Amino acid sequence: MNTDLLISRLLRSGVIISAILVVIGMGIAIVHHPASLIGMKIHSPREVVRAIRDGHGQGIAMLGLLLLIATPVMRVAVSIAIFLRERDFTFVAITTAVLLLLLLSFVLGAASG
Amino acid sequence: MSPLTQILAIFAIAILAGFLGSLLGLGGGIIVVPALTLLFGIDIRMAIGASIISVIATSSGAAAAYVKEHLANLRVAMFLEIGTTLGAISGAYLAGVIHTRFLFILFGGLLAWSAIAMLKKRHEGEGIASPSALADRLKLHGSFYDEAIDQHVDYRVTRPGTGLGLMYLAGAASGLLGIGSGALKVPAMDLAMRLPMKVSTATSNFMIGVTAAASAGLYFVRGEIDPLLAGPVATGVLLGATAGSRFLGRVESRVIRTVFVVVLIVVSVEMLVKGLR
Repeated sequence: MNTDLLISRLLRSGVIISAILVVIGMGIAIVHHPASLIGMKIHSPREVVRAIRDGHGQGIAMLGLLLLIATPVMRVAVSIAIFLRERDFTFVAITTAVLLLLLLSFVLGAASG
Repeated sequence: MSPLTQILAIFAIAILAGFLGSLLGLGGGIIVVPALTLLFGIDIRMAIGASIISVIATSSGAAAAYVKEHLANLRVAMFLEIGTTLGAISGAYLAGVIHTRFLFILFGGLLAWSAIAMLKKRHEGEGIASPSALADRLKLHGSFYDEAIDQHVDYRVTRPGTGLGLMYLAGAASGLLGIGSGALKVPAMDLAMRLPMKVSTATSNFMIGVTAAASAGLYFVRGEIDPLLAGPVATGVLLGATAGSRFLGRVESRVIRTVFVVVLIVVSVEMLVKGLR
């Protein structure tokens, strides 16, 4: 499969799967806890897991949103592999720098929050 | 309003925002943030958090199509993403520490600026392309198939350094206000770097997702992404934008544009008043 097609499929499936998770999560929340929907604070992966285990739709919806955030990040990671295969080391370095910046944003957020 | 009707209303507004955004070539964020804050009284930081998520959804969806058609220049995108991600992290950090009234004022200014930009006709960069050693070394030049004239067009990229600097600013605006800031990325590419307009638009869309992901991390960790606010907003905008792209070219957009310029100005004033009061 050519690389453009691979990236295209990765992006599309990321968006579709996360949208499905979000819709399922919203549905569960609306059916089970229609009185308290907006306002549940979830801001760490551990809280996402806990919310899912406790049967809160918000947890599943948040899992979908995190997958959505991860989709462009995965696209960058795949690009590194592609440039590596083409032995284009300048672009391996450029793409790795972008990936590190993306990961740094999560670490920085954790440090300041 | 009960929590359920509120979510349904937000979902409906998000569909409308995505639809209008794609018809007008604006992102959904520019419509969603004022709607959430002014109509529903939602905290502007939560509104921006929801908007940045919707930006990732629409950009990734659109980019999937552009990449398949070989319109986006992936090398230029990767190079410029160093600038946009650095900018996005700075912007998202800043959004967390400044007073929310400044966010209202900045957003009001952005809306006014967008209204003016919509009135002006866009034009491509002119003059002779100056050669760039860096662009040569990074092999940024490319070619694409132009449907309108039915032939392959080769293009050469200039001033990559200037482009990178402008991308830092575009990324900062995106992280600060939760917008895709394609309105800043496209001119930087077609005016400064001399990419053909179609390539600029496709490449900008491709980069927007990565830029937004860089700031979404900070918003998530700060607890400013509410699953049942960002969820309906993102799925709604995505639905609206998908529908809007089907209508593109089939509607007389001059009428919509004129109406929308007036709406933008009114909303801009409302946002400014909220920030200055």
